[in-house]
Order: sequence, then C-alpha cells, then structure tokens
Amino acid sequence: MTPLQIIFLITSVGILGSALMVVTTRNLVHAALWLVVSLFGVAVLYVMLSAAFLAVAQVVIYIGAIAILMIFAIMLTRRVAKDSGPQTNPNWTWAVVVAAALFGGLTWLLSSWNGFSTPIPELSSRADPLSQLGQALVSPNAYVLPFEVASVLLLSALIGAIMVAWDRRSG
Amino acid sequence: MIPLSWYLILAAALFCIGLYGVLARKNAVAILMGIELMLNAVNINLVAFWRYRTPEMIAGQAYAVMVFAVAAAEVAVGLALIISIYRRRSTIVADDIDMLKF
Repeated sequence: MTPLQIIFLITSVGILGSALMVVTTRNLVHAALWLVVSLFGVAVLYVMLSAAFLAVAQVVIYIGAIAILMIFAIMLTRRVAKDSGPQTNPNWTWAVVVAAALFGGLTWLLSSWNGFSTPIPELSSRADPLSQLGQALVSPNAYVLPFEVASVLLLSALIGAIMVAWDRRSG
Repeated sequence: MIPLSWYLILAAALFCIGLYGVLARKNAVAILMGIELMLNAVNINLVAFWRYRTPEMIAGQAYAVMVFAVAAAEVAVGLALIISIYRRRSTIVADDIDMLKF
C-alpha cells in the first residue's frame, strides 16, 4: 500500500464518518461543525486530484461561507434547534432502504463499466490546470457564457435572499 | 496508485448519506445540509472524471466551479426562506410547513 492510498483511506473514512454524524446527530450546531469536517476532507481530495484551485475555493466558499451561513441560520432558529423529540421522520427506515438501494445500484452499475479501475494518467509536465482553468473561464471559445450566467444567477439569488428574509415589520 | 473506482465509490457513498439526510431529517436546515453533502459528492465525481479521463481538457473543473456558484445561490435562497418561514410560523420542521397542501 502506497502512502497516497493510506492518505486517501484516512480522508475517506473522515469524510464518510463526519457525513454520517451530520445526518444523525441530534444537535444541529454539532451537525454543522461535522459538516465543516466533511467539506474539509473533500478539499483534501481535490488536492490529491491536483485541482488546487477547487481545493482553495472549497475552503473559502463552502467552509468559509456556506457552513458559517448554516450556523447563523441554526442560531437564528435556535428555539426549534433545541427541540426535544426525534429529529427524524417517522418513516426514516424507508430513507435508509432507499439510500442503501441507491448505493448498491450505483456500485453495481459502475463496476460493470470497463473504465472502472482506470489508473491515474500522468499530467504532462507543461500542463498547468490552474492557468488552463482561468483561461477557459474567460475565453469566448470556452466557458465565458456559462461563467457570466452563473454570476448573474448568484447576484439575483443573493438579492432575492435579501428580499425574502427582509423583516417588513421593523423596517 | 489510487484507481478511479475508489473515488467513484466514495462519491456514491457520500451521495447516499446525503440522500438519507434529505429524506429522513425533520429540520429544514438539516435537509439543506444533506443537499450540500450530495452536491459535494457530485463535485468529487466531476473532478475525478476530469483527472482520470480527460486531464488535457478543463471541462470537469469548469463545471465544478459552476456547481460551487449554484450551491452558494441555493443555500442563500434556502436559508432566507427558512428564516422567513420561522418568523411567520415559528417552526422550521418540514412536516409543519404545509401551506401549499390542500
């Protein structure tokens, strides 16, 4: 077993274990903190896949913005977060069945694909994924239109979020 | 070396855990957390396929960046809705928010 494989196994156990804590723990603040652990493990995977920009973006956007936003929302709805009683639906067993069936089906489907155990190809020495990505995102021949549409979507979603959450009684 | 299959199975497991969270949790914020886990699993798949199948093209990473933007938009709108509902109805239990049911 190579060191990379050991790092991968440790990371994946961390990701899956903390993801399980996210969906099972009763205290929502703890769930949000476990979510941070899980997202950080995914950032480690991006580094192992030599997607450095995505790793940084994962830490900044997901951990820095989304997870913190979640924690704020939990604290703003704190009275419910401390709610006693079960945190799951009465028919949560069906959710387990559906999730397990989907996992089994996906693994079966993927293992019947002949590219399943592709070894990792070498990145050519002059290839620079970071500058390639930067150029692709602003090049008219590549992804400038989806990039701009995503920007407009984000802007309109944020303005919409302000409008939706506006407290009209106080202001 | 790590074969592609390890990443795919990890992503499938993460997606299914997120799916369980979405289906089983009562609290709307916890449902959003499950959605985040599912989006991360999708992103792992995108980047792994990019690295193993088409490392000379950048499409996988570019698409993952779009997923980031859409996830941020989704969380912002979702949490705004949850806070707005909490203010009016004092509940964020998904079963109790049934105004559109008839």
